[in-house]
Amino acid sequence: MIQVIDLYKSFNGQMVLDGINLTIPTGRITVVIGKSGVGKSVLLKHLIGLLKPDRGRILVDEVDIATLRGRDLLDFKEHFAVLFQGGALFDSLNVFENIAFPLREKTRLPEAEIARRVRLRLEQMHLSSEVETKLPDELSGGMKKRVALARAMIQEPEIILFDEPVTGLDPPMTNTVFHLIETTHRESGYTALVVAHDIPEVFTIADQVAMLHRGRIVACGTPEEIQADPDPVVQSFLKGEVDFLEE
Amino acid sequence: MVQFIRYLGYRTLELVRDAGAMQLFLLEALALAFVPPFRPRRLLQEIQSIGVKSTPIILLTAAFTGMVLALQGYYTLKRYGSEGALGSAVALSLIREMGPVLTGIMVSARAGSAVTAEIGIMRITEQLDALDTMAVNPMQYVVMPKLLAGLIAVPLLTAIFDVTGIGGGYLVGVVLLGVSSGSYFSSMVQSVVPLDINGGVVKSLVFGLTIVLVACYKGYNTKHGAEGVSRATNQTVVLSAVMVLAWDYILTSFFM
Repeated sequence: MIQVIDLYKSFNGQMVLDGINLTIPTGRITVVIGKSGVGKSVLLKHLIGLLKPDRGRILVDEVDIATLRGRDLLDFKEHFAVLFQGGALFDSLNVFENIAFPLREKTRLPEAEIARRVRLRLEQMHLSSEVETKLPDELSGGMKKRVALARAMIQEPEIILFDEPVTGLDPPMTNTVFHLIETTHRESGYTALVVAHDIPEVFTIADQVAMLHRGRIVACGTPEEIQADPDPVVQSFLKGEVDFLEE
Repeated sequence: MVQFIRYLGYRTLELVRDAGAMQLFLLEALALAFVPPFRPRRLLQEIQSIGVKSTPIILLTAAFTGMVLALQGYYTLKRYGSEGALGSAVALSLIREMGPVLTGIMVSARAGSAVTAEIGIMRITEQLDALDTMAVNPMQYVVMPKLLAGLIAVPLLTAIFDVTGIGGGYLVGVVLLGVSSGSYFSSMVQSVVPLDINGGVVKSLVFGLTIVLVACYKGYNTKHGAEGVSRATNQTVVLSAVMVLAWDYILTSFFM
């Protein structure tokens, strides 16, 4: 289980996270929604140790990751994988090498076994073997996301963080990526945190939804509870009302 | 006036802060050279990128530099009847100064800018963050091999520059202008001492480290998207060229 307790973070005097309290249950998909620039990605980066909080605690199975350093932090990261917004595929490596990268760096598996696992993941992502030799800049947006997901999954992590996984994708590809997240989650049972603002599509995969507004979690519950929440801030966001978006 | 002084103070503090940060950056990267895992293939890739791919421009620059030195030197020495010392003049100029400095500036323009752009793009596209989240230290994986490659490649490129420049000088001085081949090489052998060569090697080591350090630092700390990468690349070329010239003066005064 991941617990965020009284998390504060500011940049150049501007408060971004203003006392976040959130519990991410083990083995479930938690979605964090909120308007652009509200701090969803900042929250996500705290969970993986890319940012340190000004105040507060982040407990992963009761270990405060904000206090981890050096070897302990490296060991902690072995349990995580992240799907970045743009995929963050390595430009100089082709698709096969990108997916194989974590195994080549972190394990002593023979190349034949690595190749077998890479091809299994490519198949899982409905990608043909022809894409193996392509470089990232030769891939479409949807293909990049699927390759990035394959790279994240190949590590068999316990926790996967998705930073706006479908931003920039067309509706069919959006549904494909969400379907893949749902499928892989069902098969592997990992704990997932998905940062997104693609509603209502993202509700189809969510077990829990939390809304971030002005640095705080203003609503948290099942997708049905969020959609029925009488808070005008929540309803304005869900309806995409102009007044709210320009606030 | 007050605004100007305030601006000057701000820029000075920024410069000092950056200089300190760069030193810490260097120490962190070099310390990682002794921490496993060791990736010899990465080092060889960077030597190819920084060294091998810079060789054509180094050969071109060196050839023309040697030719110009011989041309200028011949007509100057001829006034005093000392054209036999042409080989000495060309070799000493190249080995002591022109070789290390021009190699440094050429490598800065070609490889330094490429390194900054590469790392800067990795920064803005979150590739460095991706490495971090996979528990692969981005300083160790990306930066450290480039620093070591700079230390290895730039002295070798400087040696290539010196030899090619001497060859260019031979072409102009001996083949075209008629200086005796024997006096060209004998004057060189008589006047070039180990201190000259050692000085050139030390300069090339310092320049190589400086250029790649600046390039990596600027790329690693890139912000603000594509414009930030462009600005960082520009700063790398300018700053590393200025530092090469500054270090050249310091080291020359040390060896003189």
